[in-house]
Amino acid sequence: MARKLMSTALKGRIGAVVFHRRVVFGIPFLWLLLFFLLPFALVLKISFSSAVMAIPPYEPVFSFVDNTFTVMVNFGNYLFLLSDSLYIAAYWGSVKIALVSTLVCLLIGYPMAYAMARASASTQMVLLLLVMLPSWTSFLIRVYAWMGILGNQGLLNNLLLWLGVTDEPLKMLNTNFAVILGIAYAYLPFMVLPIYTNLVKLDVRLLEAASDLGCRSLTTFWAITLPLSKAGIIAGSMLVFIPAVGEFVIPELLGGPDTLMIGKVLWEEFFNNRDWPVASSLAIVMLALLLIPIVLFHRFQARELEKNG
Amino acid sequence: MVRSRPVSFSKVMLILGLLFLYLPMVVLIVYSFNASRLVSVWAGFSTHWYGELFRDQQILSAVWMSLQIAFYSASMAVCLGTLCAFVMTRFKRLRGRTLLSSMITAPLVMPEVITGLSLLLLFVQMAQTIGWPVDRGMATVWIAHTTFCSAYVAVVVSARLKEVDRSMEEAAMDLGCTPWKTFFVITLPVILPALVSGWLLAFTLSLDDLVIASFVSGPGATTLPMVVFSSVRMGVSPKINALATLIILAVSLIAFIAWYLMRRSEVKRRES
Repeated sequence: MARKLMSTALKGRIGAVVFHRRVVFGIPFLWLLLFFLLPFALVLKISFSSAVMAIPPYEPVFSFVDNTFTVMVNFGNYLFLLSDSLYIAAYWGSVKIALVSTLVCLLIGYPMAYAMARASASTQMVLLLLVMLPSWTSFLIRVYAWMGILGNQGLLNNLLLWLGVTDEPLKMLNTNFAVILGIAYAYLPFMVLPIYTNLVKLDVRLLEAASDLGCRSLTTFWAITLPLSKAGIIAGSMLVFIPAVGEFVIPELLGGPDTLMIGKVLWEEFFNNRDWPVASSLAIVMLALLLIPIVLFHRFQARELEKNG
Repeated sequence: MVRSRPVSFSKVMLILGLLFLYLPMVVLIVYSFNASRLVSVWAGFSTHWYGELFRDQQILSAVWMSLQIAFYSASMAVCLGTLCAFVMTRFKRLRGRTLLSSMITAPLVMPEVITGLSLLLLFVQMAQTIGWPVDRGMATVWIAHTTFCSAYVAVVVSARLKEVDRSMEEAAMDLGCTPWKTFFVITLPVILPALVSGWLLAFTLSLDDLVIASFVSGPGATTLPMVVFSSVRMGVSPKINALATLIILAVSLIAFIAWYLMRRSEVKRRES
């Protein structure tokens, strides 16, 4: 009797746990399915449609008229992207600018993270706050700050003129240089943080052993520190590179007419030309380009999330 | 001993890097007190532009709109993000878990133009199919912001959840506590600092978003970044400098509080 009671109680308990697990899992799962995954399917669908003057401004892809179900697939948008050199140039330009900015971030960010990881525990907390704080304040405002600095009448040109470095103001705003500087500035904290988290876990005894065995500090760095911080470098680079490829605000505010970046082109197709199908196909091609970096980042992130303690 | 030469190089880089991060903001703050309309000419100290700012009705209503959206988005994002963090850290074997973890980490890096466009297309399709939303506005921006903020909350909360000692939870469950009660009585107090800092992070992210809001918002809901952006496109303006100063100060304060909470709980944990 007692045993039977026990087993029903246990079954009830297990049943309750399973039910709770389903709820805990189900709510965010359904939300993300509806508001994250389904929208991508719609972008894909509409990229095969064609633009019309209507509300919404595209032809239906699936239609059900007179009991016949028709699928109208139009590859025209993709052919259009291929045929117009503007789009290919914009993709290439975005990748180039994002690569250079990521490299700049890495070159500035790695030594910063290294110095942070070597500081004393209490200094580390303060440094961490100092690096994170800018990434939490307004992105738009921080990009805007550079407009006042880089302009022809801006602070930097005034300084250069006063120092006598140049006789006339240098054109810095509205150039690719300004865009790269802006991206490096805005995304630097995202490069520093993952590298720092990685370096701080590095076993100092390895470095001491290498040093005791007569390894020079630079060799130690190349042979031990750098390879062991690879995961941090990859994560940081992906956190900078992927959003930078699709960046809109920075090329719009700091770039010039010759700055071709795909995020800006997509925005213009959507808001100025109201061509939703072309904007959608631009987004799909951009996603395809970014798929490998995104998968790399996701694998790193999943490992971080699952790792215990 | 590790020799100190490369360390001192990296120290110099750290200081230069921090200067690089902070100088532009300092310049912005200094120039917000400039009396001149021209940004490049210093014409004496003045708080004139702050007065102008507080008389600008359009900016004030956009601030209110943004604060409301940020509040609701952050609150919902904390609920969803915490649930996700639980699934990630506790449910090791569950079907669909990989898909969920992909969907929660992807928004961290997804270019904003793609997220914005895809959500807009969803809302348009929903309006056609089920008749909601009739007008895009606060509700659609709220949904969009909740979705991408949840990802950040999930990262912050799961970092904390991983370190929670589970023996207390197990003891409570063994003594007949239901999973929900165990969560509210045992787990919640322990991870509360992470929830607060996750909420604050989500709040600042929502407050700052321009691109996604531009896609999914309607004529009735203009957020602050949208107003700032349309003004900034025309060039530098002292009024925006004043607004920028206030935003930087406010967000720094929020961020500082979030950091302080995390740090205090960290110190407490180390002591115990």
